[in-house]
Amino acid sequence: MLKIKDLKAGIEDNQILNEINLEVNAGEVHAIMGPNGSGKSTLAAVIAGKDEYEVVGGSIDFEGEDLLELSPEERAHKGVFLSFQYPVEIPGISVSNFIKTSITELRKATGMKPIPTKDLLKMMRDKMKLLNIKNGYLSRNMNEGFSGGEKKRNEIFQMAMLDPKLSILDETDSGLDIDALRIVANGVNKLKSKNNATIVITHYQRLLDYIIPDFVHVLYDGKIIKSGGKELAHELDERGYDWITKEANKK
Amino acid sequence: MSEKKRQTEEELLEKVTSAEYKYGFTTDIESDTIPKGLSEDVVRIISAKKNEPEWMLEYRLTAYKAWLEMKEPEWANVTYDKPNYQDVIYYSAPKQKPVLDSLDDLDPEMKKMFDKLGISIDEQNKLANVAVDIVMDSVSVATSFKEKLGDLGIIFCSISDAIQEHPELVKKYLGTVVPHRDNFFSALNSAVFSDGSFCYIPKGVKCPMELSTYFRINEAGTGQFERTLLIAEEGSQVSYLEGCTAPMRDENQLHAAVVELIALDNADIKYSTVQNWYPGNAEGVGGVFNFVTKRGICYKNAKISWTQVETGSAVTWKYPSCILKGDNSIGEFFSVAVTNNFQQADTGTKMIHLGKNTKSTIIAKGISAGESNGNYRGLVRIAKGATNSRNFSQCDSLLMGDKCGSHTFPYIEVKNNSSKIEHEATTSKIGEDQLFYCNQRGIGTEEAIALIVNGYCKDVLNQLPMEFAVEAQKLLEISLEGSVG
Ligand SMILES: Nc1ncnc2c1ncn2[C@@H]1O[C@H](COP(=O)(O)OP(=O)(O)OP(=O)(O)O)[C@@H](O)[C@H]1O
Ligand SMILES: [Mg+2]
Repeated sequence: MLKIKDLKAGIEDNQILNEINLEVNAGEVHAIMGPNGSGKSTLAAVIAGKDEYEVVGGSIDFEGEDLLELSPEERAHKGVFLSFQYPVEIPGISVSNFIKTSITELRKATGMKPIPTKDLLKMMRDKMKLLNIKNGYLSRNMNEGFSGGEKKRNEIFQMAMLDPKLSILDETDSGLDIDALRIVANGVNKLKSKNNATIVITHYQRLLDYIIPDFVHVLYDGKIIKSGGKELAHELDERGYDWITKEANKK
Repeated sequence: MSEKKRQTEEELLEKVTSAEYKYGFTTDIESDTIPKGLSEDVVRIISAKKNEPEWMLEYRLTAYKAWLEMKEPEWANVTYDKPNYQDVIYYSAPKQKPVLDSLDDLDPEMKKMFDKLGISIDEQNKLANVAVDIVMDSVSVATSFKEKLGDLGIIFCSISDAIQEHPELVKKYLGTVVPHRDNFFSALNSAVFSDGSFCYIPKGVKCPMELSTYFRINEAGTGQFERTLLIAEEGSQVSYLEGCTAPMRDENQLHAAVVELIALDNADIKYSTVQNWYPGNAEGVGGVFNFVTKRGICYKNAKISWTQVETGSAVTWKYPSCILKGDNSIGEFFSVAVTNNFQQADTGTKMIHLGKNTKSTIIAKGISAGESNGNYRGLVRIAKGATNSRNFSQCDSLLMGDKCGSHTFPYIEVKNNSSKIEHEATTSKIGEDQLFYCNQRGIGTEEAIALIVNGYCKDVLNQLPMEFAVEAQKLLEISLEGSVG
């Protein structure tokens, strides 16, 4: 589904990503871990198409298409979804209105008719149930005055509504309380299928107890320096990053 | 900002600048026009053409004489070449039977025009709770729902008809809220006003439908001087809508309207305007000069609420105001003013608190794009006797691009110490982060801007009646097409 090859990207003279290689297939869950500032969010943003970052080398192929040629909204239309580490406020626009606009645009781009409001509302109610979201939430303004945890839950709610092919969850777990973490993780699991894939960016093994990854990658200084199975996350939890960075430096 | 971003932004800005005024077309309807220029004779001709009584002619002549001695105001933060008042045609009436019994009798050409304007009359009729009084150039051409309103004693007609049929009301109230000497443009209007709307709601009556007027400037080189007079008797209630569009013209067209609202004890008037007159082209040539005096007076426990969405005109000079004369009266002003390209706007409100426990609320949202200049100018005056009065003002500006400007000029005068005033002001830009967030959800930049702008204006748009709010949203989108923050 997603093939990243020798990707180099940064801002002006500051190269943040160094030759990233990553392949994600349908049905897989990949976890990306790594110290603060190692480039995890940058990688997510580059995949989503934030043009603040300049890609200076390499390629990103998504389902046979050159993703780097597409605008951020076109990438979204193809099924790329990013759950933001820091979701943005859109004052005065209700959650329901925002999601309706989003779904309408996505459907328009794929030649589908707009979904009838009644069906849309029913879908929203279902997904709210899935994520244990209280009534009254739909008429609140997008992220305005939301608590940290509410913002994260709102991201996953949108993911549930938009049904993307590739979801990138950037530290969706941080800010969630213990119950919320379980609810959100369960939600993500329920949305999983053999046709979609998930990249989970996290600092904590805890999330990976719920969303069990097929692969774990360690990003350090803009490079994936180690990949492994779910045991790698446990090891990181116990030993930190030092041993891997030393190992990497030796090579 | 990356080079690529900058480029697309420039392209988009280019697009705004080339976005054509959607309502630019003229209608081929024969007009009855008098030669241009202004003199005592012209005032007399206008009055005679309209078959007015002597007192009306006297009123006009007094105003004309006052105007001759007045100077065009220069304090507003706008620059423009002053119109040559001798180069304006002061009267132009479509050569058609001025008032129709039903909208079906409308000239097909005119009907086409209304359809283009998007106020399909058929639809309006179907909606059945909107009564339309249409002012085309200077004469009212169609009034609907007259009968239904008549049963309740509501008078809704052109001001010319009111002068003929209800002279006692017109005589009693005309010029009482906006005296002809009030300012240069109100004096001019008082001398030459061609038509406009008149509305009277009897004691205790709640008007069962929105009353609506569509103004439109059509004849080349004509000035439009509407006069609106709205009287809400004790305990009555009315919501009035005013919409305006003008076809594309090369020269600047002058528009100097006067609106007077009278809310007697316990009455409630809601006055909404959507204005999208021709703003001029991308180079700043042409466009309507909109110099409007709107003012209402509230008696005891009365309420006047002004809501306006202003997207058009090359130069706007407009301050809908409330005189809160009666105790416990309430004044409100909700405004969205958009400027783009080379548009200039100096708009705001005046809240004059005279009665005790009077309250006013001001929510003004400015949006500037292109090389335009938007100004908010507001006065809150609380007189000595207006004890325990309150005002809340919020003035926000949203900037798109870095060539536009916005300024806020709040004037506050409080003459007693039991009153309270709160003022909040913010200036913001549409953030890259907001746009990217929307983009990531599949919403293109244009739609994202429209969405963010709608959110920003929500508090004001919410004040508009439903159908109008939808139209206003569309207008905002059109007038900001392509602008990027
Ligand atoms: N817009 C930017 N301008 C300047 N530097 C940036 C920008 N975005 C990212 N960087 C830098 O790139 C590096 C990687 O940042 P990034 O946000 O991708 O880290 P991260 O791995 O997500 O960290 P965290 O775990 O703290 O979320 C950091 O050193 C950061 O300061
Ligand atoms: Mg991060």
